[in-house]
Amino acid sequence: MNIGKQFKEGMITNNPVLVQLLGMCSTMAITTSFFNGLGMGVAVTIILTLSNIIISAMRKIIPDKIRIAMFIVVIAGFVTCVDLLLQAFVPALSESLGVFIPLIVVNCIILGRAEAFSYKNGIGASLFDGIFQGIGYTVVLIVMCVIRELLGAGTFGGGLLNGGDGIRIIPEAFGVKILTLPVGGFLVLGCLIALMQWALARSKKKEETK
Amino acid sequence: MSSGLINIFSIALGAILANNFIFSQFLGICPFLGVSKKLDTALGMGVAVTFVMGLASAVCYAVNEFILVKFNLEYMQTVAFILVIASLVQFIEMFLQKSMPALYTALGIYLPLITTNCAVLGVVLLNVQNNYNFIDSLVYGITGGLGFLLAIVLFAGVRERNVFADCPKCFEGFPIALVTAGLMALSFMGFSGLSVFG
Repeated sequence: MNIGKQFKEGMITNNPVLVQLLGMCSTMAITTSFFNGLGMGVAVTIILTLSNIIISAMRKIIPDKIRIAMFIVVIAGFVTCVDLLLQAFVPALSESLGVFIPLIVVNCIILGRAEAFSYKNGIGASLFDGIFQGIGYTVVLIVMCVIRELLGAGTFGGGLLNGGDGIRIIPEAFGVKILTLPVGGFLVLGCLIALMQWALARSKKKEETK
Repeated sequence: MSSGLINIFSIALGAILANNFIFSQFLGICPFLGVSKKLDTALGMGVAVTFVMGLASAVCYAVNEFILVKFNLEYMQTVAFILVIASLVQFIEMFLQKSMPALYTALGIYLPLITTNCAVLGVVLLNVQNNYNFIDSLVYGITGGLGFLLAIVLFAGVRERNVFADCPKCFEGFPIALVTAGLMALSFMGFSGLSVFG
């Protein structure tokens, strides 16, 4: 078990969104305000960690043929719990994320990690994998939110700071409205992935010349 | 009767153009990006997804109305719906394998992956949220699928040419595809002014 390496993989070299290209739908759909991104990231991290632990614990008794169905049932159970908890305690978040909370069931990150990692590794390693991959996802969400909110609406921390309106940094008239629309999700994510590919290629080149 | 028809027509028009599942609701992005490298597989995927979405809308409406609501089990919706969808996809897979082996091999890995297509679960959940009746749900499912089909076929067509374009190295592959999709979403926004006068 190598926690440092797992951390680096989750955050950078094997980031679920930017490198593995999983969980695109939620990444683009809900990153319009800081609060949404943070809430979604935390929800996914919790569900991912719990389902990783359970699937890893059951990996020896799950028959190979029906493993996907088993994974989905485990994940759907946790998603339902989180959905009900959010409705009860954070109704504002539950409202603004809407259908994307139950849709965590089919978020490819969770199923992907179940299939690629926790089905093959021990409980401890799966626990950390869940946490780090979840944090990697959350960080990307937050970066997307900050970019889209700041450039699109000119505010920071929407839904959370300053009574939900966020702190105004750029005057409203100068906002690039298009970034808060669906189009902005595609464009910002495309640029982020391009940036990631550029950075990874550069660090690889550096290692080779050493 | 006529107001019902207009209602259905506006649901259909919204699902295909104005509120396209991919370009304005971000549902089903993974297969949209994953299976759009070639026009013919994109077409097959689109048709399969349309079929599953229509069928899932109908079956899940029945499951919700006659089992979950009746026994006050609405909180089990997510679990019940995903199980229905998973078994439907499994069923379709077996059916295609027997009767249309050519299409089955063409779709390959992407057929079981329809289970985890968020457009399918999304349409079912939206049906419940919008309180659609049986006909509305069915229409929304099928036309939502048609919208997906339209989007993925158009996108595959653009992407096939995109391969030959000269773009910065770091934008090659996925990033440029995302930017393309963004521009297509922009053009689809032009439909958002469409409304049906009733």
